[in-house]
Amino acid sequence: MKELMELIWVFAQIGACTFGGGYAMLPLLQREVVEKRNWVTEEELMDYYAIGQCTPGIIAINTATFIGYKRKGLCGGIFATIGFVIPSLIIITLIAAFMKNFASLKLVSSALSGIRICVCALILDAVIRLYKKAVVDKVSVGIFLVVLLLSLLTDIPSAMIVVAAGLFGYILVWRGGMAK
Amino acid sequence: MMTAVRLYIEFFLTGLFAVGGGLATLPFLYEMSARTGWFSNQDILNLIAVSESTPGAIGINMATYAGFTTLGPAGGVLATLALITPSIIIIILISKVLEKFRDSAVVKGIFRGLRPASTAMIAAAGLGVARLALLRTDMLAGGNLLQVFNLPAIALAVILFVCMRKFKIHVIAYIGIAALAGILIGF
Repeated sequence: MKELMELIWVFAQIGACTFGGGYAMLPLLQREVVEKRNWVTEEELMDYYAIGQCTPGIIAINTATFIGYKRKGLCGGIFATIGFVIPSLIIITLIAAFMKNFASLKLVSSALSGIRICVCALILDAVIRLYKKAVVDKVSVGIFLVVLLLSLLTDIPSAMIVVAAGLFGYILVWRGGMAK
Repeated sequence: MMTAVRLYIEFFLTGLFAVGGGLATLPFLYEMSARTGWFSNQDILNLIAVSESTPGAIGINMATYAGFTTLGPAGGVLATLALITPSIIIIILISKVLEKFRDSAVVKGIFRGLRPASTAMIAAAGLGVARLALLRTDMLAGGNLLQVFNLPAIALAVILFVCMRKFKIHVIAYIGIAALAGILIGF
């Protein structure tokens, strides 16, 4: 029970600090869940993210469920996910009830202009760490560059890109190209 | 009561069919508003703005807001729970399968392809945020290339980044400092 409460608490903190969508959640997960608590490895986190992109549902939620499940099975998955949405529920309910003009407040938009800069630095830090773990040979450099260009320059849905990259990895193993 | 059941079903289906980031739920919200009349297109515009300027996953924030508009606080909770139900079921099933096949060569091969792809997508998302936060793309038309770079913003980004690499402080401290800087200086 104590561990389930900890899951809720940790994921509620992550939910409260995630600004700008699911990708911004990653640096927080690296710190809180990988480094500080060793609940999952950096590689597992990447796998969850990749699978979370091409399965139904929002990436952030899928990732929370994955980590919770790894930690404490079925209940863990449910508790981590509930923990993650609690801050949203509270904050959005308050805003919807009392401050419908919230997004147009000057104070909010100036604070956000600063927070966005912080999110850039956080994501850069996260990407550097992931890159070291994920991009280990010429093939993975190639995949990284192709996917980066595709995501930046085209409108191909990311779910399709993820499936294609997985298939590519599978074919390489099948042909013995990546056998290690 | 009928509305509550319908609200749950609508958001359950959204969670089931929306794949990817939170904004993937947006087309479902527009359809829902046309079909049910629970909220207007103006409501949707407002809930996007609020969802993007508050913490939490954007899709979740939008569901809470839309549910609240339909049925009050209980509606917000209901819509949010409905949206996450399919995720929880599907991801737990996948986790069970992964546990079994984690060490198979096929799964390992798939992940060797997935990991660099996943990293690249996060990098692309980061560059998208960076364009918004660090550049003034509207200055591009002016012809003065230097003005395109938002120098104070870039300076703050560099300082924050160096601190993150050096010190182990909770992320909320950096977010707080950045928010404060945004209020005091404005970027």
